[in-house]
Amino acid sequence: MSGFRSLRALVLGLGLMAGATPALAAGEGVSLPDTRFSFDGLFGHFDRASAQRGFQVYKEVCASCHSMHLLSYRNLRQLGLSEAEVAGIAATVQVMDGPNDEGQMVERPGRASDRFKSPFANEQAARSANNGAYPPDLSVITKAREGGADYIHALLVGYEDPPPGVQVADGMHYNRYFAGHQIAMPQPINSEGQVEYHDGTKATVEQMVRDVTQFLTWAAEPELEERKAMGVKIIIFLTILGGLAYAVKRKVWHDVH
Amino acid sequence: MADSMAQPAPQDGETRRDFLQLVAGSFAAVGVGAIAWPFISSMNPARDTLAVSTTDIDLKPIAAGSAITVVWRGKPVFVRSRTEEEIKSARATPLSELRDPQADQERVKKDQWLVVIGICTHLGCIPLGQKPTDERGPFGGWFCPCHGSAYDTSGRIRQGPAPTNLPVPSYAFTSDTQIRIG
Amino acid sequence: MATGLHKSDFQNPVIRWVDARLPVFTMMQKEYGTFPTPRNFNYFWNFGALAMVNLVIMIATGIFLAMNYTAHTGMAFDSVERIMRDVNYGWLLRYAHANGASMFFIVVYIHIFRGLYYGSYKAPRELLWMIGVVIFLLMMATAFMGYVLPWGQMSFWGATVITNLFSAFPLVGESIVTWLWGGFSVDNPTLNRFFSLHYLMPFVIFGVVFLHVAALHITGSNNPLGIDPKGPQDTVPFHPYYTAKDSVGLVVYFIVFAVLVFFFPNLLGHADNYIPANPLVTPPHIVPEWYFLPFYAILRAVPDKLGGVLLMFGSIAILFVLPWLDTSPVRSMRFRPLARPFFAVWCLCFLVLLYVGGKPPEEPFVTIARVATAYYFLYFLVILPLLGRLERPLPLPESIARPVLRGGGPLPAGAMSKPMEKA
Repeated sequence: MSGFRSLRALVLGLGLMAGATPALAAGEGVSLPDTRFSFDGLFGHFDRASAQRGFQVYKEVCASCHSMHLLSYRNLRQLGLSEAEVAGIAATVQVMDGPNDEGQMVERPGRASDRFKSPFANEQAARSANNGAYPPDLSVITKAREGGADYIHALLVGYEDPPPGVQVADGMHYNRYFAGHQIAMPQPINSEGQVEYHDGTKATVEQMVRDVTQFLTWAAEPELEERKAMGVKIIIFLTILGGLAYAVKRKVWHDVH
Repeated sequence: MADSMAQPAPQDGETRRDFLQLVAGSFAAVGVGAIAWPFISSMNPARDTLAVSTTDIDLKPIAAGSAITVVWRGKPVFVRSRTEEEIKSARATPLSELRDPQADQERVKKDQWLVVIGICTHLGCIPLGQKPTDERGPFGGWFCPCHGSAYDTSGRIRQGPAPTNLPVPSYAFTSDTQIRIG
Repeated sequence: MATGLHKSDFQNPVIRWVDARLPVFTMMQKEYGTFPTPRNFNYFWNFGALAMVNLVIMIATGIFLAMNYTAHTGMAFDSVERIMRDVNYGWLLRYAHANGASMFFIVVYIHIFRGLYYGSYKAPRELLWMIGVVIFLLMMATAFMGYVLPWGQMSFWGATVITNLFSAFPLVGESIVTWLWGGFSVDNPTLNRFFSLHYLMPFVIFGVVFLHVAALHITGSNNPLGIDPKGPQDTVPFHPYYTAKDSVGLVVYFIVFAVLVFFFPNLLGHADNYIPANPLVTPPHIVPEWYFLPFYAILRAVPDKLGGVLLMFGSIAILFVLPWLDTSPVRSMRFRPLARPFFAVWCLCFLVLLYVGGKPPEEPFVTIARVATAYYFLYFLVILPLLGRLERPLPLPESIARPVLRGGGPLPAGAMSKPMEKA
């Protein structure tokens, strides 16, 4: 893995030169705790059991406020759920469909091809139910925040008492990692056993946070495994091709030098 | 040109270079070929398009002898409630008279209900015959106004340029009066 | 031989038949086969070919992305995410296109740097250089409009800020901005026209690149020594020598490209652009894509709105007159001991501007940006014109073949004698 780290250092260095750092400045000086996830690195992959548990956390905790409107129930097949399980999950929600032959909109049980049902009809409804704050859609949340999965993990465990002298506004909560430290969302994952895992995993806060982060990362980048696997193959191929091209170049130029 | 100043290379050097170029060239060709595939593949139906593939139909409002058109995967599907005579005429036709021989029994799940994709197998027009006022052609089924193909009451091709019968989509009865296509 | 037919040298009857009527094979053979090219290129001379390949990649991926993209404010963001999730290999096409833009600018910046260091803009290549600057401008416009299409927060606010630059012009400014928008804010008409133009521009670039290459093949390439080839001993045919050498660079380029696309696809992007555009909320730190940062820094270095805009456009416009600002008759900085450190500082300033362009507009970055901006212009307007008069260049080699062959084994007799005769 050290080879990969130096590669990353190289690319990051390039990125630094290219000015990618300014975007990182948004963190406001609080560095995120470095968290290792199964999807990090050259051969990164999703921990499906963890992501399935994470889906359960999302469903039972987050989904009451946060939509994930870019995902469909059928996408859960990728996490290892069977067709019947997915159909079962989809059928638990009522989806507006229609108009039918009489011109009426009708509710029907969800199907695998339906998008995740949103908790609110629109942004205004979401704001009015949440003290004016808009719970963002979580479909691509790990791509939409600097620090990605590390940030989401940090934010969820970053609730603490405000340092002395800091006044937290009414209805706000102090979070070490949130920009400005005052966040409208109360600590969502806050007590051990908040979710009862089907697979018997002990639902500590840290475990639930890691699981839901795993799930959200998968949701934002479902192509990650395919992408990295393909990348390894292509770079091996290109390295060989590069060697061949260089050998040809040497031969061709042999007469001139 | 500059070649004139190059030293005549030893024979084995030449062949080694040729071989190297051949290997490198084939490698590059494989690479270019592999790059082409994602582009071609991206034009196939996307995963969401493939996923949205069922349509529910309520059969109750369809009177005997009439038909409705529903949309499935962006295509019209004809659902016809056939009369006794229509069923009889479809079954009486000997298979030897058919261009695309298929028994009526193979094309329906319940005798009364004929479900076919309403696209002429010739060049993709929508045949007439759904509305009571439509021309249904000499075989009482459908008639395609574009090039004159005529289908019988089982949706089988009987006359005109179309090569095959109107295809039957996969469907199932979810209750006595409901079907789900796809 | 019938009259009116081109006299083809090709043996294959099919090729010969076509070539006699439309001599494309003869042209390719002449321009990319036997084309006499200085024998002493270093790897910096790869970057023109790389840029060409990059343009083709951008057009190809772009056309296939457009097949699935919806240019509508309500649907653009979701349609891009649908490409990422549901379209077969859509993620690959999109990441290749997005990072391809960054690769394009990396390649072109190195290409320009090469031209500046080796004096490729000097006579007789002034027009070649100016056409190149036109390509650079077209690229910037295309990249800017492309970045608007995903309709994320950075798309929207980037479009708002950049189009508002034109409001700095007195009298007509506001009307120009309204005209650019097709409304009273960046909205659906803006998105639609940007998509239309973003699709058109690459083909315009392609045409101008053709002129760039045509001009290049009249004057011939510059080379690291900056002296003209004096005869066949100074050149090699383009094929196989430079096709082979370009291939090496091309594979290295693809490796860097692949590392970005497959392992760090969002490294050079902004997280905020994964938040759908919201016309009511500006993100706290808005910065353009990295390749615009030097010019963005120049814009912000000036406390006056119109002045900043003029200086920013001026920083590129000045490149058009560079061939006449640099008064030194010596092309390559290898032989300009005084110009070399000044140019190194200029490069440093460019990188510094790139860096501070992405920093918030506060001290010390503002002062740094001002100093770097001042040097940026000073270099072109004062240093280069003066250096031509003050500097004593090193003696130039007699010919390209001599320094290359020096110490490289026994010299072929012909290579030795010919430059002597000419000299």
